[in-house]
Amino acid sequence: MYQYDEFDADFVQERAVQFGRQVEDRLAGKITEEQFRPLRLMNGLYLQLHAYMLRINVPYGCLNSTQMRKLAHIARVFDKGYGHLTTRQNMQFNWIKLSDMPAILLELASVEMHGIQSSGNCIRNITADEYAGSAADEIEDPRVYCEILRQWSSLHPEFSFLPRKFKIAVSGSDRDRAVIKAHDIGLRLHKNEAGEAGFEVFVGGGLGRTPFIGKSIRDFLPTQHVLSYCEAILRVYNQLGRRDNKYKARIKILVHEMGADVFGEKVEKEWAEIRETALELADSETARIRGFFAPPAHEKLDDDDSDLAGDPAFATWVEQQTAGHKKPGYTIVNVSCSPVGKPPGDISAAQMDGFADLADTYNFGEMRVTHNQNLVLTDVRKKDLLPLWQKLVTLGLATPNHGLISDTICCPGLDYCALANARSIPLAEKLSERFADQQKQKDIGEIYLNMSGCINACGHHHIGNIGIVGVDKKNSELYQLMLGGSAEEDASLGKILGRGFDEDGIVDAVECVINTYIELREAGEKFIETYRRVGPDPFKEKVYSAPA
Amino acid sequence: MPLLRDGKITEDPYTRVVGSDELPGEGPILVDLSRWQAERDALVAWGSEVGVQLAADESPAAIALDLEHIALVALEFPAFTDGRAYSYARLLRERHRFEGELRAVGDVLIEQLHFMDRVGFDSFDMKSAEAAEEWKTAQADMSVWYQPTGDERATATRLRRS
Amino acid sequence: MHQVVIANRLTDGIVVFLGREPEWLEGLENCQPAQDAAQAEALLARGAAAEAEQFVVGPELIEVELREGVWVPVKMREAMRSRGPSVRSDLGKQAEN
Repeated sequence: MYQYDEFDADFVQERAVQFGRQVEDRLAGKITEEQFRPLRLMNGLYLQLHAYMLRINVPYGCLNSTQMRKLAHIARVFDKGYGHLTTRQNMQFNWIKLSDMPAILLELASVEMHGIQSSGNCIRNITADEYAGSAADEIEDPRVYCEILRQWSSLHPEFSFLPRKFKIAVSGSDRDRAVIKAHDIGLRLHKNEAGEAGFEVFVGGGLGRTPFIGKSIRDFLPTQHVLSYCEAILRVYNQLGRRDNKYKARIKILVHEMGADVFGEKVEKEWAEIRETALELADSETARIRGFFAPPAHEKLDDDDSDLAGDPAFATWVEQQTAGHKKPGYTIVNVSCSPVGKPPGDISAAQMDGFADLADTYNFGEMRVTHNQNLVLTDVRKKDLLPLWQKLVTLGLATPNHGLISDTICCPGLDYCALANARSIPLAEKLSERFADQQKQKDIGEIYLNMSGCINACGHHHIGNIGIVGVDKKNSELYQLMLGGSAEEDASLGKILGRGFDEDGIVDAVECVINTYIELREAGEKFIETYRRVGPDPFKEKVYSAPA
Repeated sequence: MPLLRDGKITEDPYTRVVGSDELPGEGPILVDLSRWQAERDALVAWGSEVGVQLAADESPAAIALDLEHIALVALEFPAFTDGRAYSYARLLRERHRFEGELRAVGDVLIEQLHFMDRVGFDSFDMKSAEAAEEWKTAQADMSVWYQPTGDERATATRLRRS
Repeated sequence: MHQVVIANRLTDGIVVFLGREPEWLEGLENCQPAQDAAQAEALLARGAAAEAEQFVVGPELIEVELREGVWVPVKMREAMRSRGPSVRSDLGKQAEN
């Protein structure tokens, strides 16, 4: 993975020292909350329901074991012994003291980490496919361009006060595991007829209160122009994006109101002016960055699956949690952080430390965070799967629910978040308990169940095959049910099925939806396929005819 | 408002002429875009420097062809969160090759000065006279830059190559 | 209507409450809520003063009611703040009692 050189290290260290000084000024009463708020947000520090919350960037989901141990240390010393993996591949701590922040930032800087731009109306952490570099279906490694974009976006002088926050995701495989069409900019690496790599560029995707699927404005952008093209998009948006209403300030509204064609023309016109500037990537620079993402020292192995049977629990886990790797004898391992009945994405300091050890032993010291709030080991020898699984069992990280209904995406909700209207975690816990039976889950098959505690949609409810959003109705929690969303290359937005439910009612309603699917499905048909074939009506009928 | 230029608080030689206010007898003046557009010929003939102030929704494209007659462009930040003028500044400097004074006015905070400095502003309408000292401290905060802008500062990418 | 002031303490962000007693309290149990608009206004003024002194952030009045002999916030959001996350009964104020 990428390693800081002196410039990157100085940058993060200087920023840590600067924010440390600002915190001291605040604690000494030299600046007011009004003055301090934008400063702390630009460094990832929120004030939530119970305490300060610090969001730490995990650049495009890549972590090494040293960094994970540092996060464990921070959890233990400065927080309450755990962290939370977010849908933007970051980690959050919920119980931070302001007075500890200077020390925490220096600790983070020592392992090349920080919270810069994890909040604020700027370019946020760039996200990517969690299988990058290892996926069997990969065309080009997106991390190279993520890192180039990360550096370019860091304290960008022109784009630090945008109309609203700005999220960029990059995918380099046939299958979209980075939800690129729900981002302000989505970049899809592919190859043209000449075999050269380039990006299809999507703009204006996003969830929140007005969800949109991103629209393609360019089929093929040669890779050396990625910065100039993004700069052109941002420049058009920075000048023309709405600033009169923060709910209409995201680029998706501009693209929608202007039309993607017109927006695309403006971008192309701006791009023509700046494409041949210092923003054009030199081959030597791309090659330098690519060097950091060279594959690890894989051994030459036979692709032997014979050891993978045996213990049925192990076999189940292997079947559910592993994915195809480029190299024979290797596999990608999905590690679920959504155990049945527990908050999705929460991970204890002991689990962080234990997992860091496993990454050292079995995965060249590296790991990934996924937008599904799970972890991934990208380069595991198949023959190591049994001991790896045994140790994951001990750590409580061996739930075999990847892509199944209990592997939910869930925002912190009203249990932690100052913006939330309703709780979401208890719902995720109850639903995962309702569908805990492994056989039942396997029978239901691939399905994505996403839930948010408010319309801001941090829990990606619009793009879950089943989505749930909590609202506050006269001081009690009400949950609305949406069906038909998808986060992948066939991205679509779910539609609300009908009136909302209370907490128990929504769990029953989801079960009813699942039972209806099982009744209606044709052989081999996934939930989303059945839904697309039959539409919402059969589901509506069943869900709302059930006795109240 | 104290004017920060070249690292120190200096006297502002310009008289700000808001809207259709009467022009002073002589000396440098800073007028609104609408005034410039309405009285362009008379202002071109003004015996001293003329500056034009653009509101946040007024693109510098409106004066791009007139820049040879304009000594100062003032770009307004109605709130520090409104970052349109960062793009306008770069367009003025890098696209339209404006070489006169580029001034930030409105909600200008110390913490923004390094961004403004990088996009081409060279004078700043500050809220207090202590600003100059505070800016000296803040200026030393960051020494690494990743983005090529018109200010010609060496980026990390360029320094790595050398 | 009974009201107290709720806020986060500046240094550590911990939720604190202010009733008619002299000090800010970390729990609501021993709070003496304002019982009328005039008392509430006085509490809010003390909250604003504490914010000006950089002791707390975001003071606001919230409604509380007696349930089983204890004062609790009426709204879900503030109830959460007065207890801690419902999904982690080992954390927050609920864990300290």
